[in-house]
Order: sequence, then C-alpha cells, then structure tokens
Amino acid sequence: MFEILTRRQALGAFAVAACVLTPVAVRAEDVVKIGVIVPMTGPSASTGREIEAAIKLFQAQKGDKAGGKKVEVIFKDDTGVADITKRLAQELVVNDHVAAIAGFGLTPLALAAAPIATQAKIPEIVMAAGTSIITEASPFIVRTSFTLAQDTVPLADWALNNGIKKVVTLVADYGPGIDAEKAFVEKIKAGGGQVLDSLRAPLKNPEFAPFLQKAKDLKPDALFLFVPSGQGAQLMKQVAEREFAKDNIKVIATGDVTDDEQLNGMGDSVLGMITSMMYSTAHNSPENKAFVAAFEKANPTMRPNFMALGGYDGMALFYAALEKTKGDTDGAKLVDAMKGMAWMSPRGPISIDPQTRDIVQNVYIRKVERRDGQLYNIEFETVPAVKDPVKAAKAGK
Amino acid sequence: MTDATATDSRSGTDRAMIYFAERARWRGPEVALWIGAFALAFLFPSRALLFNEVAILALFALSLDLVLGYAGIVSLGHGAFFGLGAYAAGLLAKAGAGAAPLSDPTLGLLFAALVCAAVGYVTSFLVLRGSDLTRLMVTLGVALIFQEIANRMAWLTGGADGLQGVAPANILGMFEFDLYGRNAYLYSLTVLMVLFVFARKIVHSPFGISLRAIKGNSLRAGAIGIPVNRRLNGAYTLGAAYAGVAGALLAQTTAFVSLDVLDFHRSADVMLIVVFGGVGTLYGAVVGAAAFKAMYDVLAAATPQYWEFWLGLVLVLLVLFVRGGVMGLLGAFYARLQRVGGRP
Repeated sequence: MFEILTRRQALGAFAVAACVLTPVAVRAEDVVKIGVIVPMTGPSASTGREIEAAIKLFQAQKGDKAGGKKVEVIFKDDTGVADITKRLAQELVVNDHVAAIAGFGLTPLALAAAPIATQAKIPEIVMAAGTSIITEASPFIVRTSFTLAQDTVPLADWALNNGIKKVVTLVADYGPGIDAEKAFVEKIKAGGGQVLDSLRAPLKNPEFAPFLQKAKDLKPDALFLFVPSGQGAQLMKQVAEREFAKDNIKVIATGDVTDDEQLNGMGDSVLGMITSMMYSTAHNSPENKAFVAAFEKANPTMRPNFMALGGYDGMALFYAALEKTKGDTDGAKLVDAMKGMAWMSPRGPISIDPQTRDIVQNVYIRKVERRDGQLYNIEFETVPAVKDPVKAAKAGK
Repeated sequence: MTDATATDSRSGTDRAMIYFAERARWRGPEVALWIGAFALAFLFPSRALLFNEVAILALFALSLDLVLGYAGIVSLGHGAFFGLGAYAAGLLAKAGAGAAPLSDPTLGLLFAALVCAAVGYVTSFLVLRGSDLTRLMVTLGVALIFQEIANRMAWLTGGADGLQGVAPANILGMFEFDLYGRNAYLYSLTVLMVLFVFARKIVHSPFGISLRAIKGNSLRAGAIGIPVNRRLNGAYTLGAAYAGVAGALLAQTTAFVSLDVLDFHRSADVMLIVVFGGVGTLYGAVVGAAAFKAMYDVLAAATPQYWEFWLGLVLVLLVLFVRGGVMGLLGAFYARLQRVGGRP
C-alpha cells in the first residue's frame, strides 16, 4: 500500500497530520484539570449542587486561565458513598491526569480519598467536610471549608459571656458532631459552666423527639445543637413543637442547623435563634454583596450557603496557587504555594495556616431575623482569625 | 427431555444422570465470557477500577443468587454479610499493619468467609422461622442491627468516619495493589471465577438439586426425604460466606471501610441486580452486575444529577417486558439462533 503513495501525496498527508495533531498536543500541554468529587444525588445532594454552582460561577467571573494555563473542571458524583469517592479519585488521577482533586461532601469521603492524594502527590482541596482530623490524613490536604470546633468554640464563649451556666448538648453521632460536642463541652467547663448531659442522635434517619424531651426535662439555661446541613429543617420543626422558650431555655447551634439554603423554609419559629458560623448569605461586605447577586442571578432558585463558599474559595485557592507556581502543576509545589496564602473572600479575610494546611477565618455570632420578607442569619459579633482549636490544642501540648 | 423417547432402553436413573450431566456441561459462551473478562484488564487498563467494582458486585450478587435463586430465601438484608466481611478483612489487614502474615489478602478472604459463615449459620435459624414476608423483615432487621453495632463500636470500626489504615499486603506476597487498579481487578476476578466454578459445582450437585426441589415445593421435598431446614441452613451459610468474601475484596482493594458497606442500599441494589440479570442462573448475577455498573457509569457521566431517573426507567421496563431478566432474554435469543441454524 505504501508503494502506491507518491512523494507528494505522502508530504501532503504528513502536512495534514501535522496540522491536525500539533494543536492537540499544545492544548494538552496547556490544560490543567481539577477533579471535583461531590455528592450530587442522595441525601447530601444539596452540598454538591451548591459547590458545583459556586465553581461554575467562579470560572464565569474569573475566566478559565490561571498561571498561563487553561483550567478545566471535571465534576463527578460519588452519591455520598466512600468507596465510589475513592475509585473516582483514582480514575481522575490515572485517566484524566488531574493536577488536583477537590470537593468531598462528608468526612468519610474526604478521608477515603486521602491515600490517593498522598500516593499521587497532588493537592486534595476539601471544600465541605468539617472534622478536624481530615487535614492530618495526608500532607497534600488543604481545606477551604471550616472545622466544627472552629465554629463551636466562639459560640461557647458567647454563651459564657451571656449568663449561660448550665447546658445540654445534642449532636449528630459522627465525626463532626463529636468534634462539636467536645469543643463546646471543654470550653463551657473551662469557663466554670456545667454540662448536664451530652446527647447524640444517630446520623441516619434521626428521630429527635426523645432527645429533645430529655433535654427539656433537665432544665438547662441553653441547649446546644449540631446536625449536618440538610437535617436542620427537620430538627428545628421538632424543636419548635417542644416550646423551649416557655421554660426559658435558649436554643443555640452551629450555623449548619440554620443553613442559609433551608432557613427560609423553617418558618418564624427559628426567629431570634443564636448560631455561630464562618459565613452567612447576609454577611455585610461589598465582596459578599457582589457574590450573592451574581450567584442568585446564575441560579435563580438557590441561595449560596457555606458549602458554596467552600467551593468558591477552593477554586480561588487553586487559581492563586497556579499563578504563584507560574503554571507548574507539581503537587508538592502547589501545596507549598497554598500554605500561608491569604485573601479576601466573600465571607471575610481568610488564610491557609502554613503549619496545618487548615483554614484560618473569622467566625461570626448571628441571630435569625426577617429582612425583606426573608429569613437571614444576621451577624452581630465577629471573632477574628480563628484557627482550628483542636489542632491548636495539640500544637500547644 | 423432549427427545427422550419411550423406546429408550436405558433405565430411568441412567437417563436422569445423563440429563444432569448435560445440564452441568460447560458451554462455549461461558468459557468465552471468562476469557473476555480477563482480557478486559489488558484491553482497557484505564477502566480497571470500574471492572474491579463490577467483579466485587458480581460476587456479591452471586451470593444472593445462591440464597434467593436456589434456596428461595428472599433476603433484603444480605448487605449485612457484605459489610461484616468488609470489616473482618479490613480489621485483620489493619492489625497486620500492611505486613504478612496478618495483612495477607488471601488470609483476609478466608477470615472474612469464616466469620460470615459463622454468623450466617447462627442467623439462618432466625430466617427459617417464617415465610417470605417474615423472612424479608428478619433479614432487614438483622442488617439494621449490624449497621447500628458498627456505628456504636466506633473504637473498633471508626464509626461514621470509616475505618482508616487498612493496608493489605501484596497479593500472594508478590503483586502490589497499584494505583491503576489492574492487579486489584485481576485479583478480584480470579476470586470471583474460583468461587463461581465452586458455586456451579454446588448447584449441580445433589445438594443444589435438593435446594431446587425445596424451592419448588418444600412440603413435597420434605415428603421425599430431603431435610428441608438443614439444607436451607447450609445454603444461607454458604451465601453469607460468599457475601463476606465480596465485602473483603472491597475492603482490600479500596483499603478503606466505611459504614456505608452495611447500608440498606447495598442489599437493595444487589437484589435489583439479581432480578435484573435473571434469578437462579448464576450468570445472571455476573451479567446483571456488569450491566448495572455500566449503566451507572454511562448515565452518571452524561447526567450527574439525574442518572437515577434513567436507571430506574430502564429497570422498570426490563422487569415489565422481559421475563427472567437479561439471562432470560439471552436464553430466548440463543434458542432461536439454534433453531435458525437447523440444529436440534
């Protein structure tokens, strides 16, 4: 068959092949891929949707170029199941050659992917999961969400300063819940307060009524709550039925319970509730106003919550790291570039702690109020630059 | 048996033996299927991780087919044994800290099989106490109890955060679990094939045939002298051990165990797969698992948010319009092909 080709034909064929193949080769060189693994179906689907929307918004606003490279995002749905998360992470590494993996809606999912990040030497940007230990699972993990202890300790301080002496805690029985309980109980006890009981409700299909009744019977000054975002509405409905206010029991919680995405559906019973969190849709800053307006314009039925912020800032961090390495995608260099990075996020000033690779950020004490016909968490106190208390305590020992 | 005529001079027993031998014979497409499965590892190395999941799911479905398709025990809690096997192998590998002998994968499989067989045997007495609906509830209840125990024993299982530090040693002391997942797939597939051949032997053995008799009519089976309950105990125990090995494979190849291995959706998925592939055919489990994962992979890549809708639709259509699942469909096609080919 080759004999039949004339020299001219051969040259022509070569030229065509060169034209077709070269741009592909150049393009492959200039594309940096980041794999985002989040639950988009199943019970934690809202986490995935918020993160996806935020990342798309970020790329729409800032373009798809960073450090001279085109950034391509690949979304994967792990349905909230850890072994699927792990496989998807592995496939993204070996098939798509991603420069980083990101997302991770729940603690076990982030932990399942940790060995892959270590083995492949690429950054794992945790955008949602909130247990302290996560960043210790691999030297390549960087977090842009929050830790439960980080949100909880300022709330315990607030409680002590506001005459709350006796408390009962009720948390979801898994990593983040136990972190929140420990942080709250330790702080209250250290401040001379009294913990009457620490209750834990199962994570899956919880029935809160018996726990709430028990808490009420103990007559504390305040009941502290934590459940993961998504279960807040169900919990608050049962809290409302118990009428804690009649017995002068304050109900306080981490911001997961009054998740901005669900808050409007909870009704007037949550009005006045005190929570602590690193982000509220109502955060009063020009950066946040622009962010919320753009987010709601792109997604008319959604309200950005703290999960969206984790995704948005995770992308900002990845872009900034790529700029700093001038497009070098070496995992260790990217993680080094991320350490100590500080910038202004819609949630306020944030930075990555160079020692722990965990996020350092303001935590706000908020109160649920009605504004323009809608419910919002209105911030009234700011605790600046909070580090993860669990790791800070370890470092102090 | 339509070709057995009245003029046949052989005795009834002989004819029955020939019939069963014929049924147990290996056929061409079966051999091709297994060779093809091994070839996949080299043809599509980039998808080895997905194939690994298929192999594990196929083994799990096979274990349910033994219980459901042959012994006729309807179980909605088969995931309990899958999860138990995963934790057994995971904890053993963790105890060995990545070094033989404790972290040896083969030992892990044996250990998981033994633990699950023991628990399966004990719970089989509970399961046999009722009829279908009761069994459904009992199996479901047992699975829920296991999940809650694993959740409560967080000091051992890691609770809702999952079991960390599962580090299996190299397979047979030689092959490492690589990042591409090829060795993991070949390992899981080999285990699947060995156990499949064994299951095939069992269902064609007198034990397996007596199970079919029990499934057909347990009163009559008892009347002709088959020890019904003992046989069912045995089948349930065997199914539990198989499910445990599947769980152990998952723990070893992902080096991680989360509470999710005991979740209800595992039991429900595997039931779907067996029904989808064809109940009581053994191959239905393998084909069903492959089809289920393939559909998931294609649909989830195309529409990450709505793949469950399409999966549901396909399943409903298949159950409505195809009798005997995929294997029923293939069987009808094969019979037609032979008729067209002019062979008897």
